[in-house]
Amino acid sequence: MTDRFSDRKFIIGGMIVLPMLFFLARLFFLQVIDPSYKLSADSNVLRNVTQYPSRGLIYDRNGELLVFNEPAYDLMVVPGQLAPFDTAEFCSVLDITKEYVDEEIRKAREYSMFRSSVFLKQISSRNYAVLQEKLHRFPGFYVQSRTLRKYPRDIAAHILGYVGEVDNRIIADNPGYISGDYIGITGIERTYEKELRGDKGVNIFLVDVHNRIMGPYQEGRFNKSATVGSDVTLSLDAALQEYGEKLMQNKIGSIVAIEPSTGEILSLVSAPTYNPDLLVGRVRSRNYRKLASDTLNPLFNRALMAHYPPGSIFKVVNGLIALQEGIVNERTTYSCPGHYTAGRLTVRCRHHFSPVAMQGALQVSCNSYFAHNFRAILDHPKYGSVTNGFNVWSDHVRSFGLGERLETDFPNELRGNVPLASYFDRFYGENRWRSLQMVSLGIGQGELSVTPIQMANMTAAIANRGYYITPHIMKSIENSEIDPAFKKINQTSIDSVWFEPVIEGMYRAVNGPDGGTARMAQVNGLDICGKTGTVQNPHGENHSAFIAFAPRENPRIAIAVYVENAGYGSTWAAPIASLMIEKYLAGEISASRRWLEQRMMDGDFINRARPVNTVTAAGEQD
Amino acid sequence: MSRKINIWANLDWISVLVYLILLMTGWISIYSAVYNDAHQSIFDTSQLYGKQLIWIVAALFIAAIVMMTDSRFFPFFSYFFYAFTLLMLVAVLFFGTEISGQKAWFQFAGMQMQPAEFAKMATALALAQYLSNSKQKINDPRELLNIAVLVFLPVLLIMLQPDAGSAIVFLSFMLVLFREGMSGYVLFFMFVLLILSVLALLMTEVNMILLLVLLAFISHLVLGRNIKLSLKAGLLFLLISLTVVGVFFLRSPHIQLEIKLLVAALTSCFILFFAALKIRKKYAPLLLGLLAAALVYTYSVDYVFENLLMPHQKSRINIVLGVDDDPLGQSYNINQSKIAIGSGGLTGKGFLQGTQTKFNFVPEQSTDFIFCTIGEEWGFAGSFVILSLFIFFLLRLVYLAERQRSAFARIYGYSLISILFTHIVINIGMTIGLVPVIGIPLPFISYGGSAMWSYTIMLFIFLRLDAGRTEFLK
Repeated sequence: MTDRFSDRKFIIGGMIVLPMLFFLARLFFLQVIDPSYKLSADSNVLRNVTQYPSRGLIYDRNGELLVFNEPAYDLMVVPGQLAPFDTAEFCSVLDITKEYVDEEIRKAREYSMFRSSVFLKQISSRNYAVLQEKLHRFPGFYVQSRTLRKYPRDIAAHILGYVGEVDNRIIADNPGYISGDYIGITGIERTYEKELRGDKGVNIFLVDVHNRIMGPYQEGRFNKSATVGSDVTLSLDAALQEYGEKLMQNKIGSIVAIEPSTGEILSLVSAPTYNPDLLVGRVRSRNYRKLASDTLNPLFNRALMAHYPPGSIFKVVNGLIALQEGIVNERTTYSCPGHYTAGRLTVRCRHHFSPVAMQGALQVSCNSYFAHNFRAILDHPKYGSVTNGFNVWSDHVRSFGLGERLETDFPNELRGNVPLASYFDRFYGENRWRSLQMVSLGIGQGELSVTPIQMANMTAAIANRGYYITPHIMKSIENSEIDPAFKKINQTSIDSVWFEPVIEGMYRAVNGPDGGTARMAQVNGLDICGKTGTVQNPHGENHSAFIAFAPRENPRIAIAVYVENAGYGSTWAAPIASLMIEKYLAGEISASRRWLEQRMMDGDFINRARPVNTVTAAGEQD
Repeated sequence: MSRKINIWANLDWISVLVYLILLMTGWISIYSAVYNDAHQSIFDTSQLYGKQLIWIVAALFIAAIVMMTDSRFFPFFSYFFYAFTLLMLVAVLFFGTEISGQKAWFQFAGMQMQPAEFAKMATALALAQYLSNSKQKINDPRELLNIAVLVFLPVLLIMLQPDAGSAIVFLSFMLVLFREGMSGYVLFFMFVLLILSVLALLMTEVNMILLLVLLAFISHLVLGRNIKLSLKAGLLFLLISLTVVGVFFLRSPHIQLEIKLLVAALTSCFILFFAALKIRKKYAPLLLGLLAAALVYTYSVDYVFENLLMPHQKSRINIVLGVDDDPLGQSYNINQSKIAIGSGGLTGKGFLQGTQTKFNFVPEQSTDFIFCTIGEEWGFAGSFVILSLFIFFLLRLVYLAERQRSAFARIYGYSLISILFTHIVINIGMTIGLVPVIGIPLPFISYGGSAMWSYTIMLFIFLRLDAGRTEFLK
């Protein structure tokens, strides 16, 4: 059966044969004529030596070097190129056993006969020097130079993070990485991996049977040079960070200090911390296991991830909300008989002058005032219901960056918790709950949890009288810009006019007159404004908390300090914060406060050798 | 009317023999490509080569089952197959496993299945069924539209995965349509488009204008047959266009693409209008339209290339065009592949002696780049044998397709030929750097069960139709 297009079979046949003939011609040229792809008889092996770029250096805000690189050497093996060699000599040069050699060669064979495997990681420079001389006797082995991270001061481990070799899971998620590559695993090493890592290069060498490099393959036409990573400058103040870590030694908790006008993080301490050198190189996995199994969890970055109830420091926010909503004004007073009682509920307070208005209530941290104040917000008739009132309150709180991730440039930040009315609807049933049940939120307890960086950011928003810039640790990147999100101003829902009375209260809490909760934090001439918190902890001792900023006008530092199980906010967190502020603003601690510094450094809440509270002044409270 | 025949006696054993040789070549090449001291047995099923043997044995079973199927089954169920694979293509977008950015695979019980492979077969069957029963002329625009819908529906779904490689294979159905009477101009047009696309990417705007002027000149010459007049006209076009374009581009090099496009189009329209006046009037609108279209097309190629393609696709094209030489970026694979094949020499390094393919670099050495192993270990002699085998195989299939009595079998046969041909050309072309890297396997040789089964079923459906070609009188 034919049809009238049957002749087209010849055209189609031609269309099939022609390109194939063209391919054959090309193959003939490539394989037989063109000499450039042939290898000569005595240089019969190509070796790809990866040029690993050194990672970018990391500096602090004053140009002090925080992280640099140190050369290291990996001994590589290509099993297909091995020839019999003197094992005894080989082992003695490298300080390894024959069993190790056999095992590693077996593993390398298992992986590939013709690809390089790492035989021995990070050989010492001394071994390397000896080996270099004798390498020609060990065909199939060659040395690959790498770099390792090195830290001039052993600080800021949580901020810097660490670098590790990629595993299969990372390779699957990050195209472009191959086995043996390093990648930033936590901290800024991870966030800024792309900028820090640089680009790998490759040198292709011809190698003869005696393991001698005969020269670059095809005059290096296929080589590619490595590009080093970009250097970066952090907003961190290394001296302040080191000082903060010293103050927090033998304690559990966190310090976060921010420059309010820029959102730059000046210091971020998570205690207990660890020495960053522990997680570098060959010792990394062993040390990591040790740190990971430590019950104090030193790898856990409390500054970003610990959910703490804020306690009394949260009164400043509740005060601002009440002012903004017109529930109280700065002259509104409540009297305090030493406790707040409604129905069967009693919230205890301490003795202080009474009645108190906003400034005084913050100065002495009056529980009664803020219980009244909080219930007055929720129950205000203008909202129609407690549910609506609660949601108005919750929205104001969230505008301070609480309850959501701040989206800093750290990879593992948590959101904290600011409940919505719907949460209580689920818990108690719709319209089945009243402001009375919520009253602990008024003094920062209850269903509220906040991370230390959120506390510091909230403080920065107060210092700025109503806005904050998302906290970030990166100040500048070589040949690149930092994320524009870190320049953006985030407005809180509180108008700037309402901040003065609250700041006055915070000022009085530190500087008096007639006593304040944080007089231990007073430093002459620095105009510190702060608020203590002694956070009730059902699992043990109270937590000691303090937020502060200074100076009062044009603040340069906002800080939050949280010390777990340390008791009063005024005895630990407040002095620590004041020392940090003094260190940053004045450069050093005045002679009259050295004793306080010593006491803070000596404080030990881990080994429970707690010094006696000899200096707790009467009337001091959270 | 039907009569009993022995399908095994009528089976084209020559094709089967070539098919078996190709399968064995693949198996041995995979063994060599991933050869490993620790697993020396070629039957070791923990290794790719052992697994490939399992796929091969299973493929032969499948082939036997296909051969024992009633040949009326294939046309009868072709639309059902087609609908079913469309459903699978949709399903894979939702339930598929994502592998390197593509949602192209189903995974169950340790096995993988790629619906796109089966979509090729289903589309071939559906196209054969549709064309063999259609009363309309193939060059009728409505008919072409129907065919386009039939072919591009699976293409669209495959592009969503996104798997550009598999989608490109569907273009090969053009060859089938050509055989069935589609105007040869369409193929020619496609060819010109391809050439223009390549040139558009290689050249700057000014060069492109020069090229179009040259094109206008040649058309002028061909249509007017007056060298003097054409030369005069050509010179004039060149001066005008260079002045306009030159002035415009030199003064504002950073102007937006859209404006450039507009100016270039206006310029060329002016040139072409001038050209049209000088030559025979009846060709004028045609010429004008064609060249204007060509111009717009070249600019849109630039636009698509710059704005719509993924960076890796761009660089793959640039490498083949020689625009971009970055030995360790995208062209790394190509260079390594070329080194491997080139180092094979005339007779190759010998079985298991290849260093380049194993040594290092060639990725996908057992799948997409399997031809490197053949080229390296068996040299030009080996490449020659394999290519000759493929040519023989394809021509044999053309011969078989032509002897079919039913249009269905013939059309299906040509679909099979087109699909295999495209795979072979793209796959081998990319290993020797003549075609951009498109991840599609070399039929019957590359590692992988899904593709091999799919090609086996496709081939044996055709061989079954061929064996039964005398069963029914149509």
